[in-house]
Amino acid sequence: MSIPLNSQQVLDREYLEIRGKIVELAASLDRLERAEGCVSDDNRMKLISQGLQILLEQADQTKAGQIQMLFSRVYEDNWRNQFDI
Amino acid sequence: MYYFDPHIHMVSRTTDDYETLAKMGCVGMSEPAFWAGFDRGSVESFRDYFRQLTDFEPKRAAQYGIQHYTWLCINAKEAENVELSREVIKMIPEFLEKPNVLGIGEIGLNKNTKNEATIFLEHMELAIEYNQQILIHTPHLADKYQGTRMILDMLIADSRIEPSRVLVDHVEEHTAKQVLDQGFWAGMTLYPVTKCTPQRAADIIEMCGAERLLVNSAGDWGPSKPTAVPDLILEMRRRGHSEALIRKVVYDNPIEFFSQSQNFSFTHPE
Ligand SMILES: [Zn+2]
Repeated sequence: MSIPLNSQQVLDREYLEIRGKIVELAASLDRLERAEGCVSDDNRMKLISQGLQILLEQADQTKAGQIQMLFSRVYEDNWRNQFDI
Repeated sequence: MYYFDPHIHMVSRTTDDYETLAKMGCVGMSEPAFWAGFDRGSVESFRDYFRQLTDFEPKRAAQYGIQHYTWLCINAKEAENVELSREVIKMIPEFLEKPNVLGIGEIGLNKNTKNEATIFLEHMELAIEYNQQILIHTPHLADKYQGTRMILDMLIADSRIEPSRVLVDHVEEHTAKQVLDQGFWAGMTLYPVTKCTPQRAADIIEMCGAERLLVNSAGDWGPSKPTAVPDLILEMRRRGHSEALIRKVVYDNPIEFFSQSQNFSFTHPE
């Protein structure tokens, strides 16, 4: 099943919303810079910048799916042995 | 359009919410047992909670023409206390004959720990022994992917589990397909902040199809919106989806899933 709207209609409908979300993101990053201290070594900052890169890359998987996986803990298939259950 | 909210915590909501939901077309709901926001001290607290879910809440719902069903368990967060969990699991069969009980839930994982997994497996045994359906909570945020995979591992490893009688809830972009591909039902939980929005839920329906997919509001004591299902209905209409497809997701699917439970005796409003 696909979305009944065509891409032009999606853009017309969501352009201002996307614009607004980008401004929110930009202001959050500005706020981080204006605040005292330095968080550049915080792993979460690395995740944020990797997330932003995903938004601009072309890939087979959806961007939302990739972002979700970026922010997910790793799954190991031998977990039951590790837990001994 | 009439709809069914398959996962909503009405004990945390006011009677005004019942009225609003009824006005928006809600005619049925199912309420899994969950965490109260604080850890309960004894099995007696759970006995009272189960009385509330099986006796008081269906009466409150009925005043607004809403048919109320429920699921019983000790939630994943309190499952960290293995001793208390075992006492609760032993007590649950007292309530399984109550007319609005659909099964065991919402069991699951929270921080994906050994104790949580141990109690998950013991709930599974309970469900199998009493031939109950299962409703599953998957963890949130960074723990979701790992926890969902662990839950699927436990379910698939047990050949006595029928995937068609299990609902795995709170799926998102990175977990929906795996759950559906294994033959389970999947639920999407719409939250106003941090979790799945109506827009993203509509995207997932478009990408995965509407088969075995449900949508719910969770409507609990935290920031949540009990009327989130009508938000999805509106979003799908605005995109031009057919009324038949929308109705399948918000009405036909939950009724089809719940109909596998011996206690489900839903009367269609028409
Ligand atoms: Zn819940």
